[in-house]
Order: sequence, then C-alpha cells, then structure tokens
Amino acid sequence: MSTSQHEAAKLANPGGGGFSRWFNKRFPLDKMLREHITEYYASKNLNWWFVFGSLALVVLILQIVTGIFLTMNYKPSAEEAFASVEYIMRDVEWGWLIRYMHSTGASMFFVVVYIHMFRGLMYGSYKSPRELIWIFGMFIYLALAAEAFFGYLLPWGQMSYWGAQVIVSLFGAIPVVGESLVEWIRGDYFISDITLNRFFALHVIALPLVLVGLVAVHIIALHEVGSNNPDGIEIKEKKGPDGVPLDGIPFHPYHTAKDLVAFVAFAIVFAAIVFFAPEMGGYFLEHANFEAADPLKTPEHIAPVWYFTPFYAILRAVPDKLGGVILMGSAMILLFFLPWLDRSPVRSVRYRGWMFKLALAVFVVSFIVLGFLGTQPATGAYTIMARIFTVLYFAFFLLMPIYTKLEKTKPVPERVTYHG
Amino acid sequence: MVRKLIVAAVLASAPVITLAAGGGGHVEKANVDISNEASLQRGAKYFVNYCLGCHSAKYVRYNRLAMDLGLTEEQLVENLMFTGERPFDTMDNAIPDVDSSNWFGRTPPDLSLTARARGSDWVYSFLKSFYLDPSKATGSNNLVLQGASMPHVLWELQGVQKAVFRTETGPNGDPHEVFSHFEIVQPGLMNPEEFDGVASDLTAFLTYISEPVQLERQSLGIKVILFLVVFFLFAFLFKKELWKDVR
Repeated sequence: MSTSQHEAAKLANPGGGGFSRWFNKRFPLDKMLREHITEYYASKNLNWWFVFGSLALVVLILQIVTGIFLTMNYKPSAEEAFASVEYIMRDVEWGWLIRYMHSTGASMFFVVVYIHMFRGLMYGSYKSPRELIWIFGMFIYLALAAEAFFGYLLPWGQMSYWGAQVIVSLFGAIPVVGESLVEWIRGDYFISDITLNRFFALHVIALPLVLVGLVAVHIIALHEVGSNNPDGIEIKEKKGPDGVPLDGIPFHPYHTAKDLVAFVAFAIVFAAIVFFAPEMGGYFLEHANFEAADPLKTPEHIAPVWYFTPFYAILRAVPDKLGGVILMGSAMILLFFLPWLDRSPVRSVRYRGWMFKLALAVFVVSFIVLGFLGTQPATGAYTIMARIFTVLYFAFFLLMPIYTKLEKTKPVPERVTYHG
Repeated sequence: MVRKLIVAAVLASAPVITLAAGGGGHVEKANVDISNEASLQRGAKYFVNYCLGCHSAKYVRYNRLAMDLGLTEEQLVENLMFTGERPFDTMDNAIPDVDSSNWFGRTPPDLSLTARARGSDWVYSFLKSFYLDPSKATGSNNLVLQGASMPHVLWELQGVQKAVFRTETGPNGDPHEVFSHFEIVQPGLMNPEEFDGVASDLTAFLTYISEPVQLERQSLGIKVILFLVVFFLFAFLFKKELWKDVR
C-alpha cells in the first residue's frame, strides 16, 4: 500500500489502522466513546454542583473494589464475622486501609448522593423530559439504602445486630402477613447466622448487580435527553451549523478535566476522614459496634447510621407502629412523584419565585433536623420537634402543586448565563 | 418558644447522657498519649500482670506488641509472656470461661476493643473509681460501672478508698445522693499521683490495642494528603488552561 492510499484508508476509517478497524467492525467501541464521552455535549456553564454525579460513580467503583478485597478475608458466619473484621483490621496487610475506605465510602456515598439529589431539586433536573432519569435515580437511591443496610449487619457488632433487628421488625407492622414476612426475611425466629449469610449474599452479589445495572440505565437515559444546566434551559434547541449545541462543550476533555479537579478535592476530604477520623465521631463507625453482637443484651440506645436517621425520626414521630412505617415509606416514595408534583413552567431555582425557594430551604432544614433527631433518643421535646419537621417535610411535596403553580416566575434566558 | 424548646430538649436528653456513661456519670478526662512508647510499655507490663489473668485480648498478637512498642523478641518473652505462649500467639487469658463465669457471675469481657467501644475516658475513670462497698460480694463497687462484678484488682497499688456522697435536692424537690469525692481509707504502695500514672499507662495501652494501626495511619495520612494537594494543584491548573477559551 502506498502512502497516499494508506492516508486515504485512514480518512475513511477514523478508528485507525488494522486492529482498531477490525475491532470496531465487530464492536462499536469508537462509536460508543464518541456518543458518551468525546461527542456528548453538556452545557458549558455547569457549576460545581454538577460534579457529584461522576463523584458518585467513583465512589461506587471504590466500594466495589474495596469490597472485593474485604470479601477475601471476611467470614460471613455469626461465629467468625466479628473476629474476621478484627483480623482484617490487625493482621491483613493494608486490611485496615481497605476496611476504612469501605466504611468511609459507604457514608460518603450517601453524602455525595444526597448532594446530587439536592442539585436535582435546585435546578429542576427531574422535570420533563428527564422524569425517567430521576426515577431511575430514585431506584438507585433505594437500592443503595438496601445495600447499606445489608452491609451494616456484616461486621456483626452490637449496632449491626440490633439495628437490623429494629429495621427488619418494621415489616412486622404490616397487617396479617407481617410476622410471617419478618420470619421469611430473617430465615429464623431472630437475627441469626442464617440472616447474616443471606444478607452477605445480597450485599456482595445481588444488590451490586442491581446497582450497576441501574446506574447504566440512569446514564443511558441522561445521554439520550442531555444534561440539565443551572439555567434549566435546553441547550439542544440552539444548535450551530455543525449540529453541535452552541452552549455545549464535549464531556471529554472539558467536563472530565473539571470532574478530575472535583475528584481530587473529594479525595482529600476522603483521605482526611480515613486517616484521621475513620469513626467520624461515632457517625461513620458507631462506638457500640466495636462490641460483638450479643442477642441477649439489648443496647440502651439503638440508632441507625446517620444516613437513615431522617427517615428513622419520621418513623418514631408517629405513635402508631404501622402508621410510622407507612409515613416513613411515603417519605421516600413521594420523591418519585416530584416530576408531576412540580407544576412550574421553569426548572431552575434561578427563575423561580420566593415560594419555591422558601419551600426548598424549609425542606433542607427539615431533612437535616430530622437527621439529627433520629440520632437522639425520642423523648419529650425531641418527639414534638420530630412531628413538626415531619409535617414540614411532607408539606414540601404535598403543597408543591399549589405553590409552584401560584408563584410568579422570572423570564428564562435564551442562552445559558454565568452567575459569579 | 425556641428557647423553651432548646431548654426542654437539653433537660430531656440529660438523663440519657448520664445513663450512657454507665451509671454515676463520674467520668474524668484520660488525656492519653499513645505516641508515648514508654507509657505503652509500662501499660503492657501492668496489663499482663494485673489484667491478663482474667481478661483476654484475643485479637492482639504478642509479636505485634513487640513491633509497635519497640521491644526485641527477647524482651517481649522475658517481660510480657509468662505462660509459655509463642510470640505469634494472641493474648489469651489464663482462666477458663466456665470457671470465671461461676466465680464472678459473668465471664470477664475481652479487652481488645473496650477502649474503642467505651472510650479512653471511660476506661481511665473506671480504673480509678473502685470504692469500698461491704454490700458487694467482692467488697467493692465501681462508680463508673455500678455493680461491677470485677474486684478491685489494683488495690495494692492504689490502696482502698471510700466514696463520699452528699445529698442534693433535685429540680422537683426530691433529695438524692450525688457523688462528692473519694477518700483514701488505707494507703497503697503508691501515692495518688503515681497511681494516676498507672491508670493512664493502662488506658494508653488499651487504647493502643483497640486499634494498633492508629500509631501509623496519621503519619501515612499526612503523606497521602500532601500528594493529593499537589495533584489538586496540577488538576486545577490543567482545567483552567483547558477551559480558558470556553466562555
């Protein structure tokens, strides 16, 4: 082949030479990279709130990798589980680092996901045409909650045991089938070796598969409709002659470079926790969990890990067990309906009126206060506060069709803008 | 209204705070320094002499102690190993569980993680808070862990003390007894300052064995974070350069 022929061949096949061409004829690697990475256009004015999605992906990968290494030394049996975790912490080379990365990763996963969801609320990322992205995202959140719950039993400490006991028993509140359902979940009359084994199976195989699948679906839906932006406008409506959105820039290298900055900043915070405060004052690793599970000794105060406490506070705010369970479930389920509860013509908080801004602020404060109350014993004034903030939490959703319709919104710009 | 709520909240949580401390609520600051190797070595010595008879530290290996506490294997075997274990063995107690359970009413708990589960302050205060109580089978009680089945093992060092209570009137006008202070009834081999040192060394040792890697993880953490900070600088400058024409 002469040089000119070679160049012509190269032009016809941008994928490159021999192997690459052979490969791409059989698997659309170049096409996928273009569609999802180098020619996926996202708005050029995305601010730092928009980095938490890719951070969540990084944490997911971290959890899977550290999880694989933990599984190599962990023993899922009531007899050995607690001791095997201490074996990892003391005798396995770098075991302590892997374990702390995994335990810190669990909490930081929720930190990142909660911020990611808040970004969605702020900029109306759930609104048409992104309803499915939001719904898949909510399924990810539920799967993540289940994954975290199953994982928390594995160290087989006192809080692992009694936390699982409390949460599993919630299903007992369901009329008629409740008690049998609880038995079916535990596989025993109490949380036992059998429960630990099945929770292990669910934690290391079933839910990670579900999570990875849901994340793929979440991203495919996102790349189909395109990313939202802080102005909440569709950049696809203003395209240049080349068919590229005028306000869009390729995900790679632009947004990947930006996400890298965010990732390193996140890694600094992450490392600070892992190396200097792995227990995070008892919030990431609860003190009581350094005592092996004892089915005969109920701890004085059972609190779930911090990421569940807002919902735990809602549960305890209701005097009736079944009522509490229903309300707690609704607190999560309501989020699925956001795309239809929101009647506003605009997406972004930038162009909404004072009512939405106030409602969002009240919602965030309620979530944080409920989170705090869930860590505390439910007594006296705390119960009253939990009730007040539960009402406010629900008001955000239930009144949304009214206040988003009532309020006067500001005109939305044609092209994306920069604030500060 | 808000202030009332806060006051009510504080009052409501107060009884829980004392409960969580495990009784008396008499907890002193331990101020242990686990980087003090000499203190850890002394703590290890007190531990094998006074605690290990009944309590195990079953997740701790002797040779790990030697490594972390700056001892040679010879020093380890001579000073800390008395019952024919091998250096790679874990620290097991001498007493069979069945016997201890019969003699004391419960099996002495393993101490590998006590400082982590309860906190260093709790351990330090517990060690210092045994007092005379003729109503108990062991002759002593503990202010931090009321009704403890453990006898006052360190009595020959600390001596014997009694707890002095004073009567106070509660918010509802009900009189109740509050701990005031300890009074030495029979002096031990050490004066109170020396004994505080023993309690402190033991606490430091228990804190160390509850998480041996804490001796290294912080210094490693500084290196990791320094690397990440430099990485951040490069990532940031790269992003800035790449994005300079974007607007």
